[in-house]
Amino acid sequence: MSTFGTLTRGQFPSILTETHASPMTQPFWDAAKEDRLVAPKCASCGTFRLPPSPYCFVCRQRDVEWVELPGTGAIYSFTVVRHPLHPDLADACPYVSGVVELDGTQGAGARMLVNIIGCDPDTVKIGDRVAITWEHVNDEMSTPRFRPIPA
Amino acid sequence: MTIKDKAAIVGVGATPYYKRGQSYPESEFSMACSAILSALDDAGLTADDLDGFSIYSNSCDPAAIAAELGVPEVRWATTLTSGGGGCAGALGVAAAAVDAGMATTVVTLMTLQQLSKRLGGSAVGGMLAYALMSESSSPYGGGGIPPSAAFTANNGLLSPGHSFAQIASRHMHLYGTKREHFAEVCISQRENAIKRPTALRTEALTLDDYFNARMISDPLCLFDYTMESDGAVAVITVAADRAKDLRQPPVYIMGSAHGGSGRWGPALFRYFQTPDDEFTSSGHRPVARRVYEMAGITPSDVDVALLYDHFSPMVIMQLEDYGFCPIGEGGPFVADGNIRYKTGTIPVNTHGGNLSEAYIIGMTHVREAVEQLRGTAVNQVEGAEIALVTGGPASLPVSASILRK
Repeated sequence: MSTFGTLTRGQFPSILTETHASPMTQPFWDAAKEDRLVAPKCASCGTFRLPPSPYCFVCRQRDVEWVELPGTGAIYSFTVVRHPLHPDLADACPYVSGVVELDGTQGAGARMLVNIIGCDPDTVKIGDRVAITWEHVNDEMSTPRFRPIPA
Repeated sequence: MTIKDKAAIVGVGATPYYKRGQSYPESEFSMACSAILSALDDAGLTADDLDGFSIYSNSCDPAAIAAELGVPEVRWATTLTSGGGGCAGALGVAAAAVDAGMATTVVTLMTLQQLSKRLGGSAVGGMLAYALMSESSSPYGGGGIPPSAAFTANNGLLSPGHSFAQIASRHMHLYGTKREHFAEVCISQRENAIKRPTALRTEALTLDDYFNARMISDPLCLFDYTMESDGAVAVITVAADRAKDLRQPPVYIMGSAHGGSGRWGPALFRYFQTPDDEFTSSGHRPVARRVYEMAGITPSDVDVALLYDHFSPMVIMQLEDYGFCPIGEGGPFVADGNIRYKTGTIPVNTHGGNLSEAYIIGMTHVREAVEQLRGTAVNQVEGAEIALVTGGPASLPVSASILRK
């Protein structure tokens, strides 16, 4: 077993196993435990922002509504990590990680940076449709990953 | 009123450049002192004249250096925020300081030794720390793991290469940029490095070599990454009216700008929430507009461009953002031979750049700009009168200065 536990090729291990949530981020992680994706939407102007942060970057108001999203989206950009930054990560490489634009949001400002699992690193491309899948790290934390939606 | 032509670079000093860790038993501190003394001497000055520090990325502690070198009085000590993006902009801050009479003799420098640390977070065991670094180091974060870190720590995007690969991928997607274009940046800069005694990489690089190199983080291969190196480079800035009486021909600061779009912010290293029209860029467009405006020139007036090149695709995007070619056409522009020394329309990184000479976080580019304008460069651009030097892309601020002889 490596420093990072049992590895699966294409899947970056969960090196953080606690959310360290604050009241501002807790709703995201509560929903995650139920395999639901929620995101904060500005109560004043409707702009989504992720990760949750104190102020809306459009209207500078603070109040949010938590909205459930479908958990689907499209790959905005990505990289295929082939060189392990730590030797014990070799069995996870290559893995694909990138930027996903979420359906139901405005795009920039609400993108997610995620590991995209279950895809072929040699054929994955920008624009590919993906759906969220939750890795249950432990009873306290579920980490979001995405996987391709079959065409 | 601007700082245009109000100040000049009058001295340059550097240590040898070393491969990562090989500068030992020198230290970052000793190399900083060496480079500063060498730069002062180049100008015909001494540490008795030195009274200002305009640095970036907290490259040194002015307090320690002033004590070590017996500087009589420090009158100016500033650093630009963030990292390497500030290198060219720190020259503008130095110019502002001497123009305002806040100091007379200001040093800008970088010193770097990657013995126990490695930029880019690839040090064993340092990954989680790096993933969390940008906020846990904040004076407002209170230490520990910030709540926002949980949104990115498990995604596998850990190093600058992983970040810049996202921008490169999207540039390829939107504009048809190819790996052959990245290769031309690497090969042309290697050609420039081969002739230079200071360069760390001087073996020939062919297109076959490039395509046979291992992929690190698609679309980036080994040669698309800067090398890891050690060394220090310092330059001295004084007011223009004083510069003409010193030992070297002055290199005037025509314009300098640092900053960038607010929405670019730290996006590159954290959340990638930059709007579409900025995401696939070097982040330099606002800085480019301002630096050209201050200098009162256009891209066609630039004789040599020293563009920050930690990753080869970022040279292509800076060529676009600094107006040497239209947005999206940087790939074909380099493929047509435009950035080659001697034969190109705009010679780029005539010193070999970070990719092939050495990576001292931008200061090698400043040194090369000065040598080009003094007419002493190894790969001298004939008749060079105006040079552009840039810092970043990186977290805001990115920066640029336009220098003239």
